[in-house]
Amino acid sequence: MTIENLKYRFDGGKPTKGATAIVGVLGSGNLEVMVEPAALGGACEIEVSTAARGFDKIWHAVMKDFFERHRAGDIRISVNDAGATPAIVSLRLDQAIETYTATGKEKK
Amino acid sequence: MIRSYYESNARARIAGLLDAGSFDEWLPAAERVTSPHLATLEQPAAFDDGVIIGHGSIAGKKIFIAAQEGGFMGGAVGEVHGAKIVGVLERAVRDHPAAVLLLLETGGVRLQEANAGLIAVSEVMRAILSARDAGVPVIVAIGGQYGCFGGMGIAARCASTIIMSEEGRLGLSGPEVIETARGVEEYDSRDRALVWRTVGGKHRYLLGECDAIVPDSIEAFQGEIAACIGNGDNLTLAALEQEHELLAERVQRFGECKDGRDIWRKLGWPDPDAIAMMDNEEFVSAAKGHRVKNSAKVT
Amino acid sequence: MQWKTTIDKLFPSGHQVKQEGDLLLGEGSCGKHTIAVIGTTNHTEVGVELALAMAGEVLAVIRNEPGRPILFMVDTSGQRLRHRDEMLGLNGYMAHLAKCVAMARRWDHPIISLVYEQALSGGFLANGMMADVCAALPEAEIRVMGLAAMARVTRISEEKLTQLSKSSPVFAPGANNYLKMGGLDELWEGDLSACLSKALEHFDATDHRRVRGQERGGRMMADEVVKRVLASS
Repeated sequence: MTIENLKYRFDGGKPTKGATAIVGVLGSGNLEVMVEPAALGGACEIEVSTAARGFDKIWHAVMKDFFERHRAGDIRISVNDAGATPAIVSLRLDQAIETYTATGKEKK
Repeated sequence: MIRSYYESNARARIAGLLDAGSFDEWLPAAERVTSPHLATLEQPAAFDDGVIIGHGSIAGKKIFIAAQEGGFMGGAVGEVHGAKIVGVLERAVRDHPAAVLLLLETGGVRLQEANAGLIAVSEVMRAILSARDAGVPVIVAIGGQYGCFGGMGIAARCASTIIMSEEGRLGLSGPEVIETARGVEEYDSRDRALVWRTVGGKHRYLLGECDAIVPDSIEAFQGEIAACIGNGDNLTLAALEQEHELLAERVQRFGECKDGRDIWRKLGWPDPDAIAMMDNEEFVSAAKGHRVKNSAKVT
Repeated sequence: MQWKTTIDKLFPSGHQVKQEGDLLLGEGSCGKHTIAVIGTTNHTEVGVELALAMAGEVLAVIRNEPGRPILFMVDTSGQRLRHRDEMLGLNGYMAHLAKCVAMARRWDHPIISLVYEQALSGGFLANGMMADVCAALPEAEIRVMGLAAMARVTRISEEKLTQLSKSSPVFAPGANNYLKMGGLDELWEGDLSACLSKALEHFDATDHRRVRGQERGGRMMADEVVKRVLASS
């Protein structure tokens, strides 16, 4: 069960402000997703650390889909995954970006 | 909307228990204080090593909190995880919050970190007792899927107060461990009803191993917790001697019992089989006068 | 090594330590001190009765012998693995023993423990590991779990664990590993009574284990993490 580390970068997103957010849990079939602000000239950088090796192409497809739907830039997304399905990954990414952008809701 | 404590993850429990917007996290995920030992083993590691710590308020009173995430490695305690909890407790000795709240959900020592985990659990035990010595009550809540087992089951009983839900389980050795060591006749780990009669919330409440039992809702836990905050703590020699008497009596009275139901029958329950089906309110009401109270606790 | 051999070496001036079942009880002379001895033998499993008995002895020392040092002689194969002990709340009995030891410390009794044979997780937490000075004979067996069992449960191969154990004290059993991790203060060999005397001179009630773990290179993060929590805003 050794981990595989994958990296993706998507350029041309719109700068998206928010407060560091984390959703999900690193448990079997699940994943945790953290979104942090990053000065990337509008790009979105994604790092995935996954226990399920050999799914680079699928991760890329899911991330590309996420980026195309939200076009969120100037963010770094970090993922710790323990074998979640693409559907769950998409769900968590959406939850994470939603939490990230809901600034002022969480903090006093 | 009733939010289930059992179904909620650690972050959701914190958000639900603490006053809105009051929670400030220490060593948050973004700081990536992760386990070096899992990294050595090339195993997946959570950003916060499976425990979320920080401070906030409940009913306006300042509290420190550590919430274990059972979903990550069954909430098991490794070097960093344990040190985060110790940090909260030692900070409480210095800063005197109204209480330290420990949301425990754990199988005990993280085997992947073996020796580090065991020493960490021991350090948590001593830190809980230090916080109590400083007059800060340590309140433990148990109501998650993984229960509270292993060395942390011992640590839990070092705290001032334990609040459980019926769904919660508190013990030392998990049923599977005992079944593997001694066979299925000794303990059938797949008999869920048996497990709950042995280590479940209702049994622990009747035995005096926990102080309060609440329905499975974050709100219910919050209400019970709020009632305990700010009461200070008072672990005296006299209290320990009282507890000693109670524990001696417990072995004497129930040492020959084969099943939880035998114990409940001796406590005066006419129909022990009915206990499993009772809702919380009915159960607590019926339990008056039919449970062992740990009178050593500060009320 | 039989318990008596170890006790004789610890107390050459004399002792009255006796075995009652799996329990060791009594006192020994060490210089000007009389030391209360509470221990176990026969690699015993610690169940509710034994935990309660040991707690009772600690309470008796606190009540009757102000300031008397307590020596825990540790030999246990861990907690008793029985449905009955779980049902009766063995975790609570163990915690009670731990609380009594902590109370003894609060009442200024120096607490020392010596693992002279075996110490396996659950049986060790409530007594030996609660000591101010936690020592072991170099050949003592201290562990959470054997590597073979650990391999099965974690699904990491035994080969890999054994390999990693060569450079890391984190996984494998052994007194030396616990020393490196800060869990043990010292290994005692040779003149055991001199080791005991020395330990009595350095009575200190603070939990130094994570600092030692860092100094010795076995646990590099525990102390740092606690410091960071203390320093956080």
